[in-house]
Amino acid sequence: MASTIRVRATASGETTEVQALIQHPMDSGFVKDAKGEIIPPHFIQQLTFEYDGKPVFMADWGGGVSKDPYVKFAFKGGKKGDDLKVSWVDNKGATDTNTAKIQ
Amino acid sequence: MRLRSAIHLGSAALALALLAFAAPAVIAADTVDPVADAKAFKKFFTDKFPKVKLEDFVNGPYSMNEDLHKQWEEKEQFPPYEFSLEMGKEMFSKPFKNGKSFEDCFPNKGIGIRQNYPYFDEKEGKVITLELALNRCREANDEPPFSYVRDDMAALTAYMAFTSRGKPFDIKIPNDPRALEAYQKGKEYFYTRRGQLNFSCATCHVQSPGERVRAEVLAPALGILNAMPIYRSEWSGMGTTSRRFTTCNSQIRGVPLTPQDDEYRNVEYYLSYVSNGLPISGPGARP
Amino acid sequence: MRNAMLKSALPLVLLIAGASSALAEGSEADFKAAYAAAEAANKEAGSLRNQWTTTAATLAAAKKAADAGEFDKAMASAKEAEALAKASIFQATSEKERWKDMEIR
Repeated sequence: MASTIRVRATASGETTEVQALIQHPMDSGFVKDAKGEIIPPHFIQQLTFEYDGKPVFMADWGGGVSKDPYVKFAFKGGKKGDDLKVSWVDNKGATDTNTAKIQ
Repeated sequence: MRLRSAIHLGSAALALALLAFAAPAVIAADTVDPVADAKAFKKFFTDKFPKVKLEDFVNGPYSMNEDLHKQWEEKEQFPPYEFSLEMGKEMFSKPFKNGKSFEDCFPNKGIGIRQNYPYFDEKEGKVITLELALNRCREANDEPPFSYVRDDMAALTAYMAFTSRGKPFDIKIPNDPRALEAYQKGKEYFYTRRGQLNFSCATCHVQSPGERVRAEVLAPALGILNAMPIYRSEWSGMGTTSRRFTTCNSQIRGVPLTPQDDEYRNVEYYLSYVSNGLPISGPGARP
Repeated sequence: MRNAMLKSALPLVLLIAGASSALAEGSEADFKAAYAAAEAANKEAGSLRNQWTTTAATLAAAKKAADAGEFDKAMASAKEAEALAKASIFQATSEKERWKDMEIR
């Protein structure tokens, strides 16, 4: 099955710019469906980007983040051709991970 | 009532007389001239926004606001509609129970044809939109139709729009009085005020493009359908033209009609025609 | 003394009870007429393809109040719904000509 994580990382000088689009319903647990019943909470709780075995970006998310979240950030370091690993864990214990080469 | 109709008749006659004096080039106020309409439509917007290139009008609010434009450009590098687009592509070639697929219902297997919709079907005497054609394809193959306002239809039209990106809108009005009538009715719908808030489509998209309604920047009517369907952050998902029409209606406190009712098909026909020549930019991303 | 009062109170009470139930029935009948008028106007607006969402909401509020026996409130909502529906009819009728004012030429 295709990964839920799409990531693109570009090294430019001393910094690497990272963009990621993650497919996830991010249900807050406060929204009701058409029948009037609460859609149970289902959202990513932890998101981690790792470079060279070390985390360069970590996020603790809650139900306030919208569906299919998009993240953009830059970190110091990172070389073209190296790997950048992304992984998430959600409140149901599900996980996904993906790795991209820095361009 | 008689007095009221007399007043109406009187004011209509006056308006007609004024028109005759004010615009001698107009043959008669009643002649439908889509070519002249489209020319005037484009001129209105290019005059109003001289710094915006003609093909940029298809970007809606982004063509009206530099800051929004920058944010949108960045987002297009990694657009939010990617998932819906992929889903649409898969759905398009996935066989129905009888083995056929959408590819069999459309010319060129559905690739690069979106700019030809809507068209006037002379056999049926009505406007056929892309969404309608997709559901008719399903029904012709014994499959249940999709809702016009949900994700499935949105994903399909997103895919078809994507294969036509950059191609100019090429809407035809055949030499058939019924086609002209559909066009004219679509035009009438566009300018008619409705709902308790008494807005017409023109109130926002002709009178106030670039201005705000609550927190949203309004798009110009020129090119407004070129980006459909649109992924709206507000909807957290892809939405069809039908969804946009019905929600616009309810937002001005008018009870929406049923998706793909004649009025909606006709207004889509009109708006698409007057944007002929402008490129398809769908699927679009909007706030 | 009390007995005498009670004896005379009963017919009075019955009279009052009869009168107030007649009043309640009267306002229910009035309400039903007002609601029917509002519905008819809204239906006409529907044939003109121009119903307002607020008309439907006000009709619903009228029905809800009536079901709870609050006929004054229901009556007021029914009258308001009729006014809204009539306004939507006027809008649809006048816009048949007025739309041309907004047209780009």
